[in-house]
Amino acid sequence: MGLLSKKDAALIKDPLFDNNPITIQVLGICSALAITAELKASIVMGLSVLFVLGMGNVVISLMRNIIPSKIRIIVQLVVVAALVIIVDQVLKAFAYELSKTLSVFVGLIITNCIIMGRFEAFALGNGPWKAFLDGIGNAGGYAIILVIIGFFRELLGSGTLLGFQVLGDPIAKTGVYALGYENNGFMLLSPMALIVVGLIIWVQRARNPKLQESH
Amino acid sequence: MEHLELFFKSIFIDNMVFATFLGMCSYLAVSKKVSTAVGLGAAVIFVMAVTVPMNWLLDQYILRDGALAWLGPEYADYNLGFLSFILFIATIATMVQLVEIIVEKFAPALYNSLGIFLPLIAVNCAILGGSLFMQSREIPSLALAFNYGISSGIGWFLAILAIAAIREKIRYSNVPPALRGLGITFILTGLMAIGFMSFGGMLTGDNPVPEAPVEETATVVEDKKEELKEEKRADVISYNDLNK
Repeated sequence: MGLLSKKDAALIKDPLFDNNPITIQVLGICSALAITAELKASIVMGLSVLFVLGMGNVVISLMRNIIPSKIRIIVQLVVVAALVIIVDQVLKAFAYELSKTLSVFVGLIITNCIIMGRFEAFALGNGPWKAFLDGIGNAGGYAIILVIIGFFRELLGSGTLLGFQVLGDPIAKTGVYALGYENNGFMLLSPMALIVVGLIIWVQRARNPKLQESH
Repeated sequence: MEHLELFFKSIFIDNMVFATFLGMCSYLAVSKKVSTAVGLGAAVIFVMAVTVPMNWLLDQYILRDGALAWLGPEYADYNLGFLSFILFIATIATMVQLVEIIVEKFAPALYNSLGIFLPLIAVNCAILGGSLFMQSREIPSLALAFNYGISSGIGWFLAILAIAAIREKIRYSNVPPALRGLGITFILTGLMAIGFMSFGGMLTGDNPVPEAPVEETATVVEDKKEELKEEKRADVISYNDLNK
């Protein structure tokens, strides 16, 4: 990356894998689980958080010297809420069906702990450019996990990806369905999201023993 | 009866943690010990019981379509629904601060046990989620909103209490090292959620034909399949026509 210095590149790269907000920092789980039954919803959610966190980090970082520390939580919440309203209105205008699927979870980006966590831990102490990179990196890490969960849940649960039937037609029995394969409807139910995240954490920590907890 | 139904429904069937995954962050972070889990759970019940009715009033008299009619007929056309996120979260944040101050003044003992958790609650998604679900499910009266707030809080409390107790015991088990801590907690929560799904049939008790809904969904699915088949056939026919 010629554009970014090594330190700046690390700001983006670290949260993507080794310091992932979902699997390592345990932030922003709520929305990650509820809307991942479809890949499309996961991608849109990831993009929304990318926008809110990137912009929010810049705004908070610009205001960091004038926010009184006692009321900073309320100020942060108002900034996020304003950004989320923009996302919500845009979704309602251009992707109405999708905004119905996401229902209250767009609103819940406000209380997504990734956002408050990054504001508190990073944006309040760093300049706008760094804060922007940090926001993009963390939201990217969040989006990656969302897409992985969405991919497996949609593929195994309904045999489609982004609505396209990739495994063949379950009614006409073509593709793998001709071999007797059946969709696992259980993957579409919410508990399986938790178990898929558990398995992702298992794989990640087995590959990188430094991340393991003693208990 | 209506109250009782909503009460059980929001504790068991629509449990905040197991059905909608709200408040997961603090649920995972503060469930290492039963005593702290109880403290946070109690604070959540308390704050939800206050904020959900507050936000119900806001929604009813300021936000929803035509809610401003009480100001005069010229205001009847306004729909301020898009402001609900910002108003709800502002209410919650201020209520949490207020509750903190009041509890500190009048019940220092309670404050000492809840104290650290109260600020955490402003960003607990279960609280905002409670208000947003209250809005989207169109809870009809203030009393029911209060009931909904309290019972959702109790559901969350039960969930965190249960996982904290399990995590205290699981320390003595031989979990694979990579799964220890967070990983196994996720899988446990998933299994508990599957268990809670069995409460889904609880409220169909006084339904005269309990199997009716199942049959209905089955027929709907079949209808859909048939529709799909017909669409396919139509496609094939038009394709053939084109070929000719």
